[in-house]
Amino acid sequence: MTGEVEFRTLSEAEVKARRKRSIAIALILGALVIVFFVTTLVRLGGNVADRVI
Amino acid sequence: MSDVSIHMNGAKVAGTHPAPSDCVEDYFALLKPRVMSLVIFTAMTGIILAPGSIHPWLAVIALLCISVGAGASGALNMWYDADIDAKMQRTERRPVPAGRIVPDNALAFGLILATGSVLLLGVAVNWVAAGFLAFTIFFYAVIYTIWLKRSTPQNIVIGGAAGAFPPMIGWTAVTGTIDPHSIALFLIIFLWTPPHFWALALFRSQDYANAGVPMLPVVAGLQATRKQILIYSIIMLPASVLPFLLGYSGVTYLVGACILGAVLVWRAWAVYRDRAGEDGHRAAKRLFGFSILYLFLIYLLLLADRAVTLFFPGGVL
Repeated sequence: MTGEVEFRTLSEAEVKARRKRSIAIALILGALVIVFFVTTLVRLGGNVADRVI
Repeated sequence: MSDVSIHMNGAKVAGTHPAPSDCVEDYFALLKPRVMSLVIFTAMTGIILAPGSIHPWLAVIALLCISVGAGASGALNMWYDADIDAKMQRTERRPVPAGRIVPDNALAFGLILATGSVLLLGVAVNWVAAGFLAFTIFFYAVIYTIWLKRSTPQNIVIGGAAGAFPPMIGWTAVTGTIDPHSIALFLIIFLWTPPHFWALALFRSQDYANAGVPMLPVVAGLQATRKQILIYSIIMLPASVLPFLLGYSGVTYLVGACILGAVLVWRAWAVYRDRAGEDGHRAAKRLFGFSILYLFLIYLLLLADRAVTLFFPGGVL
């Protein structure tokens, strides 16, 4: 086993497509963070402050 | 150009394709955005008409989950149907049969969105609505796409239920229960589906025949299809006034629904009457076009009627 792996050079279009996919995934993840944060506030409301510690 | 062969369901789909590009636009196309827009609109109507209240943010999350769930169903449908989509003029340019997205990626995309939308709806809104959404995705992807579509001319009649569930899911998001009153919203879309798709199948019957999909015009013939279109359009009339009879829409809706229903029956009659040649073709295309407008206007009327009731509780006159 030499362990050598042959890599293919991506074309300009493929690099561009990958970049757009990465941006889209980042935006979706960012949106999900906001969705979960706001949903938690809406569902729990003032109960967060009222909890017994 | 590279030679990429895609194998779906044991069948070789296509020969020479451009290498998969995996563009964001192609993933968006997998969601069937035009179907999604109708799902958003009908689910929103279900949320607004349902008795009770829901926090506006949670209503938006419910709508988001229902629409993403519908998009996931579309992606799963395009994954499984790539072999027949490649044989039909209307669908051959879709991302999977055109070779722009590999089937495994479409499948993974659909499954991730389906799982995510159901879980988020359950956690954020309620688990009855989430279960209903999961059932709807299963119904469209497995019962309709994998089973019925290729095996019976009643495929779109039974499969139409999947497209008719979204307003009920919206309603359930508010109430937390599956309320019999919301069945009226279901019935409107369920009974609308056959005349809508059979009108399309009338002028695309060769496409379906080439792909081996047993649509009614291919199996039973054009004349039997025209008769069925007329029957379903007539049944639509009483079904469309159910929201009035059940008491959650008023006279504004009743009058509008009757006028729209009469136009639908008239269009269906034109299809039944103008059977031969170019006239028959044109009548089917007109019915198909009007059926899209019909469903949009019926749901718009339900919303408008609710707005009238809210802003003018004593009546407008």
